[in-house]
This record gives sequence, structure tokens and C-alpha cells, in this order.
Amino acid sequence: MRSASRLSVNPFTTRFGRAARSIAWRQLRVMVSKPALILPSVIFPLFFFAAFAGGLSAVSEAPNFDYPNYTTFQYVFVLMQSAIFGGVFTGFAIASDFELGFARRMLLATHSRSALIGGYAMAALARALLVWVVVTVVALATGAEIAGSVGDLLEILVIAVMLNFAATLFASGMAMRFRTLQAAPLIQLPAFLIIMTAPVYVPRDLIEGWVATVAGVNPMTATLEAARNLIIGAPAETLLALGVAAGLIAVTINWARTGLRRAEAAG
Amino acid sequence: MSVAAATLRAGLGGVNVGTLTQVGYLARRSITRTVRQPILIIPSLVFPLFLLAVNSSGLEAATLLPGFPTDSYLTFALGLTFMQGALFATMGAGQSIAGDIQHGFFNRLQLTPLRGPALIAGQLAGVTLQGLIQGVAYLIIALAFGAHLEAGPAGVPVLFALSALVGVAFGSLGLAIGLRTGNGEAVQGVFPLMFVLLFLSSGALPRDLIENDWFQFVATINPVSYLIEGFRSLFVTGWDGEALALAFGVALGVLAFGMWAATAALRGRMERT
Repeated sequence: MRSASRLSVNPFTTRFGRAARSIAWRQLRVMVSKPALILPSVIFPLFFFAAFAGGLSAVSEAPNFDYPNYTTFQYVFVLMQSAIFGGVFTGFAIASDFELGFARRMLLATHSRSALIGGYAMAALARALLVWVVVTVVALATGAEIAGSVGDLLEILVIAVMLNFAATLFASGMAMRFRTLQAAPLIQLPAFLIIMTAPVYVPRDLIEGWVATVAGVNPMTATLEAARNLIIGAPAETLLALGVAAGLIAVTINWARTGLRRAEAAG
Repeated sequence: MSVAAATLRAGLGGVNVGTLTQVGYLARRSITRTVRQPILIIPSLVFPLFLLAVNSSGLEAATLLPGFPTDSYLTFALGLTFMQGALFATMGAGQSIAGDIQHGFFNRLQLTPLRGPALIAGQLAGVTLQGLIQGVAYLIIALAFGAHLEAGPAGVPVLFALSALVGVAFGSLGLAIGLRTGNGEAVQGVFPLMFVLLFLSSGALPRDLIENDWFQFVATINPVSYLIEGFRSLFVTGWDGEALALAFGVALGVLAFGMWAATAALRGRMERT
């Protein structure tokens, strides 16, 4: 009976839930009141979409390029990229909050300190959802085609949400370790490396040289390829992508937790 | 007071030395500062080379397109690498002068009989050196990895001259921004705009192979395209007078605009302080 009542507890009404919700709400209010903070995370994916889908579409005419639509090919890339960068930008917000002393006050005020990470993760997801809507509208207006079923699209969304969560956890871990915006390049660089060494411009079998080797072991590759297959209605290796994304979360959750401990210890 | 400021005061104070001498003092300081701070040079070496490595592997398939001018994407992409390095110079020059303003060195300089043009020219010396170091590094590494310089050994000095000129031209823009804002963060804020100029150009594909009309139009009116094509012509075509003339012309145009903007910003800042 007791365990049954525990199961029925609404997570948003627990102390953790209330604290996380407040932090997320504050983050969203800051974003709305300062558009300069949200604009880069919207503009950058659109810019990459324009530069790659617009400038490189001729690449789809190369022999053995077997993906039906280059705009769709790049749309999926930009979707996954913005999932990751949504987390990275949230890392910047955390670092800034530490620099200004706000995050320290929240550490003192919050009973469940991991709610801090939960709140930032909720805000990161909201930010990413906004970017995905904008990118999707622009992509559809400029020729991207979606042939996958609603189920396929939901699976893409799940993969993107998991990547966003993993990126937020990674960026939180970094931001809480360094607690200064000067660490921004350190937060950004690994994300940039993992994104750019995946099959960005062409399918994996058309990549040559060392990037082909790196792409083979890059976790971003599995998620990107699965999402590209889902959107054209030809699901393949979706479970692998979900497993990889779950693995990333498992690793980064520990990274974020230890980062939080460091921040607590620093006072 | 810093050693550099003391040297300048000793060199300039009370004596109306010639502009060239003033340029010499500031150029020496600018070069010394560039050499002493590898953090200014390393990113401008590493990032363009990383992008070159990724693009040359990821876009090698583009060389199979009919009409693609070379069978090596590495060779083709080098133009973009040189241009990217020059854009880093913009940031470097802007950050340096903004740092001078924020740390008070600029105010101390105004107590000396230093002429405005000398300040601008001297500050750009470090950028010129940075452009040359970058050019040498890009060329050596690219050739080691199989790139081809179609213009041959005679093309090397032209390549370095263009690299230095483009570096100075964009450095003058950075200087103008740094002088106008006096803030390193504001200079960094311009970086995304530079990124847009770089990517919405003919850097990844030749203009005639760009399929989307709007992108082709943007790439055609984007001056950065002509600079990239100038660098690229030496690697891919050999001696293409038109591409080189356009590249040098655009670089000189950017330099003229940058110097005008920097001079105006300097005048405004001197009046304010």
C-alpha cells in the first residue's frame, strides 16, 4: 500500500520537482526577457541548415549518394545538432549563473541540489523544442520531405530529446566544475568535435580518410543515421541509436553529479 | 606602468619623432605580444586545419561531380582555410586593441605625441606576422598531406602576400570594432557574422556547381568568395589573372574600408577620452 502510494506521487509536486520546476521557469523567463540569449540557439541551426542544404545540395549528385533528398538529409543533421547545442547553451547559462553568484544561492536554498540540474535540463528541452519547431517549419518550407510515419517521427523526437538531455548533463558537469563563462570553449569544443566527425555532408560510406574511421565509432553517427532512416520511412538500427543515446546519458549523468559535488565543495 | 608603455614614452615623450619611428615602436610591441601569446596564434592554426581535415574527408565525394575543378578536395578546400585564418586575425586585432583600452594602455599612449595612423599601422604588424605564420603552417601541412600547388614555387610568395594582405585587411576591421567598442566581448560577438560570411560563400563548392539560386546569388555578392577563389586559383588553376586581381582588389577594398573605419573610431575614442 505504501509503495503503491509512492508510485502515485506526482514528480512535479515533490521537493525535487518543485525546485526543478522553479529553476526551469526562471530560466525560461530569462530567455524570454533577454532574446539575445535565445537567438543564437535559433539562428545557428538555421544558418547551418542554409549553408549546408543550400550550398552543398549538388553533393547529392555524386555517385553512390543514395539518400533521396539532400534537404531532408541536412534537416536531420541540424535537428540533432540543435539538440546537442541546446544542451551546450544551457551549460553557458549555468556557468553564467555561477559567475554571478546566483547558482551558489540556489545551492544554499535548494534541499535537493540535483534539482538544479533537473531544472536546467527542463529549460534546455524547452529551448530545444522551440528551435526544432522553427527549424522544421523552415525545412518543410524549403523542400524537406517527411515520408516516415507518426511513430517514426516520435522515435526521432525521442532520440533528439535523449541527445539533448545527454548534452545538457555534459555541459552542466563542465559548467559546475569551472563555474565561469571563460570555460565556454571547453564546453563547446567536445560538442563541436562529436558533431563534425559524424557523417555531416554525405552518408558514411562516401566519407574517406580518418574521418571515416572516427565516424565509425562516433556515437553521433548511430543517432544521426537512425534518424535519417526514420524520416524517410525506412527504419534501421533505431534500437542501436536509442541504446547509444541511453549510454551517453548514463555516462554524462555521472559527470553532471560529480560536477555538482565539486560545485558544492567549492562553496 | 608596463615595460612597453615605458619604452614608448621614452621613445616618444617630448620628441616629435617621425610617424615611421612611431609605427616601428608599436609594430615591435604588437609583434612581441603576438609571439609571446601562443593562445592568439594556436586557435587560428588549429581550427582552420581541423575544418580542412573534416571537410577534405567528408566532401571528397564532391570531386566526382562533373565540372569539379580538381580531383583532390583537400587542394580545393585550402582557399577556405586561408580565409578562415584571416578571419581569426580580425578577432586577434580587435581583442588586442580592446585589451589595451580596457587595461588603460591606450589612455597612457594618448599622453605621448603618438599619431593616430601610427597607432593603427603599428597594431596591424602583429596581425601581418600572424597571417604569415598561418600561411606557412597551412601550406606546409597541406602539402605534407598531399595537396598540390598548381602555380608552383613562384606561387608561394604570391600566396603569402595575399594571406598577409587579407589578414591585415580583416585585422583593420577588427581594429575598428575594438576601437569603437573598447570591449573584448563585443569583438567576440562579431565572430558569428564572420562565420556567416565564410559559410555563405563559394568556400565549399565552386559557384557554378551551387544548385540553389539564392545561395549562388549570396555567394556571388559575398566578397569573401572572391578572396577564397583567389587563394584557390593558385592551388587548383595555377595562374589565373582574373581570380588573383579580384582577390587582391577585394582585399585592398576591405583594407581601405577597415582603415577608414578604424581611423574614424580612433578619432571618436580620442575625443571621448
